Amino acid sequence: MRVKEAISKYGSTPDKLIGAMLAYQRSTPCNYLTEDDIREFASETGLPISRVHSVASFYSLLSTKPRGKYIIQVCYDVPCYVNDSVNVVKDLEKKLRTTMGHTTDDGMFTLEFSSCLGCCDKAPVMQIGDKLYGNLTSEKITEILSAYRRKQHE
Amino acid sequence: MSNINTKKLLTARFGTIDPGSIKDYISSGGYSVLQKALLMNEDEIINEVKASGLKGRGGAGFPTGLKMDSVKQAEGTPKYIICNADEGEPGNFKDRLLMENDPHQIIEGMIICAYATGTRHGYIFIRGEYLKSIRIMEAALEQARVKGYLGDNILDTGFDFDIDVHTGAGSYVCGEEFALLVSIEGKSGRATYKPPFPTTCGLYDKPTQINNVETFCNIPHIIDMGGTEFSKIGTDSSKGTKLICLSGNVINPGLYEVPLGTTVRYIIDELGGGVPNNRAIKMVQLGGASGPVIPEGMLDVKLDFAEMREKDLNFGSGAIIVMDERINVLDILKRIIQFFHHESCGKCTPCREGLTQMLIILDRFIEGTASGQDLALLDVLIETMSQASICGLGQAAPTAVKKVLEYFPEEFNSRIHSMGPVTV
Repeated sequence: MRVKEAISKYGSTPDKLIGAMLAYQRSTPCNYLTEDDIREFASETGLPISRVHSVASFYSLLSTKPRGKYIIQVCYDVPCYVNDSVNVVKDLEKKLRTTMGHTTDDGMFTLEFSSCLGCCDKAPVMQIGDKLYGNLTSEKITEILSAYRRKQHE
Repeated sequence: MSNINTKKLLTARFGTIDPGSIKDYISSGGYSVLQKALLMNEDEIINEVKASGLKGRGGAGFPTGLKMDSVKQAEGTPKYIICNADEGEPGNFKDRLLMENDPHQIIEGMIICAYATGTRHGYIFIRGEYLKSIRIMEAALEQARVKGYLGDNILDTGFDFDIDVHTGAGSYVCGEEFALLVSIEGKSGRATYKPPFPTTCGLYDKPTQINNVETFCNIPHIIDMGGTEFSKIGTDSSKGTKLICLSGNVINPGLYEVPLGTTVRYIIDELGGGVPNNRAIKMVQLGGASGPVIPEGMLDVKLDFAEMREKDLNFGSGAIIVMDERINVLDILKRIIQFFHHESCGKCTPCREGLTQMLIILDRFIEGTASGQDLALLDVLIETMSQASICGLGQAAPTAVKKVLEYFPEEFNSRIHSMGPVTV
């Protein structure tokens, strides 16, 4: 998807900007908006570059830095925290050989903390793309990660 | 206690209908209340909502009928109606389940309100993380358009109204109504001073009714049974049922619908099955990260606006987070303040700098290097943030710290390294 396509799909008025940026970002290989993308969004919507940049850098789901193909969002709020989300983080860091906020060497996964994902009855929880995974254990995490790896090789 | 059980009103259809099917909704009585409402005049509807005693379910508890009346009376067109589905308060998942299990209930409630206030444009603001909810709501809206419940000349009454889905992009503060409004306008979600309130000066500076998902879901039930009948559920100050999101160290976490007036203890012990392995409860947080924490000895408090206010508590949007004896209270506080530090929009100094300083001070207590002066500093910070922050985020952020100082002072006192000079 190109910036122009996202704008024509969502609309060029300011209220459509966030939706268009999210959709465009999802279609990019590294899940982020470059400085050029931001300039293009500005010229296509007629908004100042500063305004578009402020939106891109304000919201957690938009990124101005390159990320992996899949973003793993781990909830770290209290309901998950009292259900051992600390160990989920440690486990993911160990298995992916990276640390929170960073991307795996092969560019597959980026590990991020997330605010509450609204699944506190299944704590601890993480989200990959639009898939939620709850009641996480080390075994479950291994299974989930290898399923994504398998998908990649297919 | 037999009548204090789970009373199903808003969740009655959960699991019994296919949320993707408007047919299922209609055959279980759905949209019949809309037909009834469209035969009433605007004031009759607002009067029923007033008579019901319904208060907003997003946390602030403002009387819904009064809000609708203000929007109707307000000058300026077009008017807007917004369903706040930017559910981001840690511990809450009721709005997600309402959208995913019974989307048309929300839509029907919004149409009735729009008709009563003379509004033609609506938005459902859904947080960007809730991708499934977004898909379900968009599909439900399309079905409602096809059936003539949305769009021009709804059910041949001459009333035009439609709803757009607007998605958030990962920002807790956008649940705050002014931040939500500027986010819909395509800007960074930053709060604004009030007044004026959205009812007179909301989206694009026009009169706007903003309500929580759960609030809108109550509307069809109120019009269906009549405001007076609805007001028989609950207590003197608190009418209707409340959706409770139970989580933390509890055997059966999940969503429960209870009549207002139910005690917190009943919800944890009887509905939630208590704490695993018979561990003792250390503390319980009400409402979510922005809510108060209470010790085990206070669990008999009722979900009742008046009783909670009297005790300087609130149940917010209905989360109950149970924490057992194994937790480290200061670690939990640090986690809560880190959350607000991340989510603060950064516009006003009390919130932006207050949270940074609060984290530094909390760390000194956690490391055992705090002095008596830090305790005094915390008090000043709490007061400054709760009084001087622009929006509810900064005002409520220190609530848990304040309540730990009140109910668990030993957690702080036992970690003071030296008394130091107490000057601030």
